[in-house]
Formats: sequence, structure tokens, C-alpha cells
Amino acid sequence: MIRLLLRDMALAVRAGGGFGLGLAFFLIVVVLVPFAVGPETAVLARIAPGVLWLGALLACLLSLDRIFALDWEDGSLDLLATAPLPLEGVVAAKAAAHWLTTGLPLTLAAPVLGVFLNLPAEGYGWLLLALAAGTPALSMIGAFGAALTVGLRRGGLLLSLLVLPLYVPTLIFGAEVSRRGAEGLALATPLAMLGGITAGTLALLPFAAAAALRVNLR
Amino acid sequence: MSLWEYANPARFMATTARAVPVLGGAAALCLLVGLVWGFFFTPEDYRQGSTVKIIYLHVPAALMAINAWLMMLVASLVWLIRRHHVSALAAKAAAPVGVTMTLIALFTGAVWGQPMWGTWWAWDPRLTSFLILFLFYLGYMALWAAIDDPDTAADLTGVLCLVGSVFAVLSRYAVNFWNQGLHQGASLSLDAEENVADVFYYPLLVAIAGFVLLFVALVLLRTRTEIRLRRLHALRLRERAA
Repeated sequence: MIRLLLRDMALAVRAGGGFGLGLAFFLIVVVLVPFAVGPETAVLARIAPGVLWLGALLACLLSLDRIFALDWEDGSLDLLATAPLPLEGVVAAKAAAHWLTTGLPLTLAAPVLGVFLNLPAEGYGWLLLALAAGTPALSMIGAFGAALTVGLRRGGLLLSLLVLPLYVPTLIFGAEVSRRGAEGLALATPLAMLGGITAGTLALLPFAAAAALRVNLR
Repeated sequence: MSLWEYANPARFMATTARAVPVLGGAAALCLLVGLVWGFFFTPEDYRQGSTVKIIYLHVPAALMAINAWLMMLVASLVWLIRRHHVSALAAKAAAPVGVTMTLIALFTGAVWGQPMWGTWWAWDPRLTSFLILFLFYLGYMALWAAIDDPDTAADLTGVLCLVGSVFAVLSRYAVNFWNQGLHQGASLSLDAEENVADVFYYPLLVAIAGFVLLFVALVLLRTRTEIRLRRLHALRLRERAA
């Protein structure tokens, strides 16, 4: 499982695409927002947590179809399915690799981009915490979506249609934590909900994703 | 005699051929009585005026939008556990009906909200969760449409329906947390002390019965169409093989 994790990370970093592209996309989305809504710092400070969350979510979406698609095409997914490691473990390892190469860099980059959006000083720590707690759920839900659509030729657009509604609870609680953190309000409840959703997702969705993969590999 | 006998497509087709006209007729009758009674023979509300009458479309449609998803969930479970093809096709057949009900509820709500709340749309928890439900329906139908092999499609949409149900409930509670409500509370609960007044209540019940019957009739009709399509496909394959 560790081996698979390291292999996927090496592929993601070396094979061009996924790794740097997601970060660049995140940067561009955040840079475009002031052009769209105007440069007043008060407005930007108010919408900064939400924009950062939305940007991170879309950047995460970009690389989802790569989770299984490449292994599906060259047949290594069949080998992984017959390996002694249960398919649920394969899914978990691949989701973890996706998070380490997408979610984690996005989380670390978010405070830097927060500067562009005039995020209030109190907000940085909470934004970091909220993204760190929420992005694993994004990767895991995305892995489930990718498992559903792996056999399709034009799965990319369908993947976003399937996955984005599933992102709603994570987005709501994650953005709420970041917003309350920036405004200095109490945020224990949304933070607990965010953590709960991530934990539940990580515990249960590998089974659903593995079931979908088995159907697709039939 | 058990429900499982209808897992046999031939038995299903034979029974529904007789049931669909009856159900459709009953649905038309109930809808006619409920809507005419509701629209023309009930008093106007002292605050809402005549706009209150949209309740006879809005409430039953909203009810069926949720129940259609529940029915799809049950049908998907039956397919995943017992592998009855009719069940998978029924789930497929119910999705477009459910999405139409969702749209009717959203549209009538907007039409009513404009004069009453002064806005077509508000990011109220109920409204928002219906919009999310609409997105779930779209994703579900898109996945059915995207996969060629019928059994694979049934399996994958079944899994999506299970996961989607959990996330739909999660989203419902998340939006409750996220924004305060503008929508009025439930007015039809069996355990509530104060419900909607009797004069509105009875035509509403008839309209709800009409919508339930309409839903059942439409789903059966669409399931029959799906079964015929499947037969046609099998016949074509056999012809090509011969």
C-alpha cells in the first residue's frame, strides 16, 4: 500500500500535468476574482474565505480523472485488482496520493493567495486548518467519482457533474470555518462537522469506490 | 403471491398492462377533483389572497420529488441485493419523473415567492436543498445515459444512488446550518397540533393522492417502455447473430 502510494505520487509529480497544474489553476482563479468583482479591499476581505475554498475545490476537480484513468488504460488497474491488496486499500492509497499531490499543496498555497485577497490576519490559521481538514474528503469523494466514470471515454465532464453535488457539505462547513475564523467568531461546531464528514467519508467511501471499480473491471 | 413475482418481466408486463390505465384514470380523476376543488371552491387566505392556491401543486410535487428519490433508493437496493432487472429499470424510469416533480416544486415556489416574499429565489435551506436534489437527479440520469452496457449502468447508478442519498441528507442538514429559513414550517405533519385549515386540507389531500397515483402510473408506464426497449435490443442481437 505504501509502495502504491509512493508510485502514484512519483507518477503525479514526474509525469507533468496534475501536480503543478492544479496549483497554477488555483493561482489563476484567485487572480481573476478581483478583476470580476472589483478591487475594493473590504469586498475582497469579505469574500476571501469562500473564494479560496471554491478555487481549491475546482483545482482539486481538475486532476480527479487521473486517479484511475491512466492505470485503467494501460491495464495496471487489472493487475492491482488481482493483487493481494484489497481493492478498498488500492482506492484509499490512490486517494491519499491524490491528496498529497493536490490537496496538501493547495492547502499550503492558500494562505499565500489569501494575501492577494486581503484576508484578515486572524483568518490564516483557521483557513489552513479548515483546508487541511476538508481537502482529504474532496480527494476521497473525487476518487469515488473517478471510480464510477473510469470506463467512459468522455468521463471528465460527467465526473464534475457527479462529484460537485457531493462536495456541498464539505464546502459549506469548510467555508463556514474559514469565514468565522476570519471574522473572529466561535467555530467549534462547523469545525467538528467538517472533521466528522471527512472522517466518515474516509471510512466508508473506499468501499463504494471499490464496488464501482469491480463493476467497471468486470 | 408475493411482490417478488413481479421480478419476472412477463408477469410484470401482464399485470401492469391492466394496472396502468386504472391508475392513470384514478390519477386524472383525483387531480381533476383536487385541483378544481382547490382552485375554485376554497376561500382565499386572509393574508395571502388567491396565491395560496398554488399549494395544491407545490406541496404534492415537492412531496413526490423526495419520495421519487426514496423509491429509486429502494429499487437500487433491490437490484444490488437481489439482481432483479425490473427493479433497476424502475429506478431508471423514476428519475425523469422525479426531476420533473422537483422542477414543478421549484417553479411554483418561485411564482408564489415573487408576490409573497418579494423575490423569486432566496437561499433558504429548503429551497437550496431542493436545488441540490435537482443536481443529484441530473447526475444520476447523466450516468445512466453515459454507460452503454445496461447491467454496468444499473450497478454504477445503484451505487451512486446509495452514496448520493447519504450526501443528500448531509447537505440538507448542512444548508440548515448555513442559512436561516424563510420558508414556512411543515403544515401537514400527522403529529402536529396545528395544521393547515380543514377547508384547504381536504382538497390538498385529494391533490396529493392524485400526484402519488400519477407518479406510480408514469413510473410503471416508463418501466414498461424500458422493458420493451430491452427486448427490442435482445431481438436485434439475436437477429444479427443468426
